[in-house]
Formats: sequence, structure tokens, C-alpha cells
Amino acid sequence: MTSHMVTVRGTVHIDTEGCKGCELCIPACRPAVLVMSTDVNDTGYRYPELLPGCTGCRACLDVCPDFCFEVFKYEHPVEVQVESAR
Amino acid sequence: MTVEEPAMHPVGDKLPSLLQSGEHDLCPGCGEPVAIRILLETLAELGLSTSTIGVVGIGCYTAFARTLDVDLVQALHGRAPSVATGVKRMQPTKAVFTLQGDGDMVNEGLQEVLHTAARGENVTCVLLNNGVFGETGGHMTATSVLGQRTKTSLDGRDPDYHGYPIVIGDLLAQLDGAAYIARGSVQNAGAVARTKRMMHKAFETQLAGEGFSMIEVLTMCPTGWFVPTAEGPGYMGETLGQVHVMGELKTRRPK
Repeated sequence: MTSHMVTVRGTVHIDTEGCKGCELCIPACRPAVLVMSTDVNDTGYRYPELLPGCTGCRACLDVCPDFCFEVFKYEHPVEVQVESAR
Repeated sequence: MTVEEPAMHPVGDKLPSLLQSGEHDLCPGCGEPVAIRILLETLAELGLSTSTIGVVGIGCYTAFARTLDVDLVQALHGRAPSVATGVKRMQPTKAVFTLQGDGDMVNEGLQEVLHTAARGENVTCVLLNNGVFGETGGHMTATSVLGQRTKTSLDGRDPDYHGYPIVIGDLLAQLDGAAYIARGSVQNAGAVARTKRMMHKAFETQLAGEGFSMIEVLTMCPTGWFVPTAEGPGYMGETLGQVHVMGELKTRRPK
């Protein structure tokens, strides 16, 4: 197990219960830090989860048909240590 | 342990200010709510939140009539442009738009939109074009492209049997009364941004009193297209997007 540093410029709050699992946000995410959950919400849909590395670009918000995303931009980028298997 | 989040500011609104609830019954992967967000954000950005009257056609998007925080009139199938004509002539200081689908505008009420455009009525028609009658089960519409599978063209639209699609944006652009005609889509974030610029221009055309404006937005209907939701945008680009080509079709405004 190794680790590397990731620059995080923003974050998203995801309304996982409002999600219908369409996955349109996954390819929309430019830094590719949204992944679908393995768990499901109360209506039975998998939902997106955020990995470190969000840029706060709001592409997910723009393409989401179910208004699930709230996007925030950090005033100052932060560095986060992420463990990665090699 | 709670990890404190760094100082941050919101980027855009979770819900458009003119939408009272994000809950709706439309299918997963539907493009119509995305197009409605573009419309509502445009109205708010142009300062039209309290001076707009919408005329809603009949389709899946009609479900939003109960949550849109905009004055609305419900029209019968396809008649929205004619109703909007009356509303605009009686309330000329209001921004007036129609919200219609391709089944509503191009099948049920083609003559309404053609005459409204030909008269140069100073209204903005918003067309959500997905090439199917989504609300009634995914039947073929006049804009379905050749080869497209729908509930009533399971082997693909056959020109010998079903005829050819009507490319409505290009048709309206031929009319002298039309001042601004554009076609966008919601297939990815870039297309959403371009479509929003077009939406602004369409309403600016109306506010300047230049005449009829129409913005067509290609929207995904994965249920009606028989494709998985994640494949909707790609499918749209390969089928509808090849015939109903995105871009400004007619403008009197600077590019």
C-alpha cells in the first residue's frame, strides 16, 4: 500500500436519497472523482460517491436530472493524502 | 470525529430559484429536468422571475407545472404557441414562453407554431425534443429519425412506411417572422453551457421586440429509446443529433 497527495479544490454534497441512479454524473465529472456506490438508497438505486480531487466545476450539477448536487468551491485548495494500492 | 471543512462558497444552486421542489416522477436519465433548469436559470438571470408567463403543452414535462414558481397557463395539445400569442398581446410587458415537447409541437400542433412564427409573434417557444411521445409510452413522433426504434417502430423508422422526420428548427428558420432559432442539447456539461447561452439569446430577442424566437433542446429519453440511462447521451449524439444538428439556425443578434 502506497499513498499520494491529491489537490482538492472543492466538494459536492449529494442528495443520495433523491438519486435515481442514472449515472449521467459519472462521465460528466472531469477529474473523474465520482463513482457509483455498491450500496443502494431507500428507493433501490445506487448513487454517486465522491473521492478526493473535486474541483468544484459543477458539471455534475449541470447534467443531473434529479437536482441531487450542491457544489462548493474551496477558498484555498487543500492537499489530501490518499492511500492507493499498487 | 467531525472533520471541519475548509472555507468555501457555493457554485450554483442545488435547485433553480424558480423551482419549488426537485422531486419529480420523470424516469431516471431523462433530459427534460436538465433543460428546465436551463430555462429557469435563464429567466432568473435575466431578471424575469416575476414578469414571466409560461404556457405549458402536454407531455412528461407538464409534471413540472405544479413545482415551477412561474405564472403558467395550461394549453391543450399543441396549442401553446396560439395561447402564448393571446397572452403576449394582452400582456406585452411580460416575457412569454411556451414549454412543449416534440409530440406536442411537431405532431399535435405543427400549424400552431408555424403560424405563430410566420406572424412574427414576440414570444419564445421552448421545444424539448427527444423523438418520442414519452408520456404516452414512447411512440414515434414526427421528429423521430430514420432507423430510430420506438414503441411503434420497433424495427426502426422506415421511410417507406413511416415517412421522413420533420426537422422543425430548420423548417421554422425558413420563415421571415422568425428572428432567432437555435438548437441545443443536454447530452453533456458543455452542451448544457452552450444551450444556456442560446436560451439567453432567445429571451433577449423577445425582450428587444425582434419577433419570434424558438429554442429546441435535444433531451434524452432512455426509456423510450430502449437504452440504459448511461448510454442515453451517446445514443442521442449518434441518432437524433445527426439529423437535428446543434447550433444557431437563424439569428439577428451578434454571434
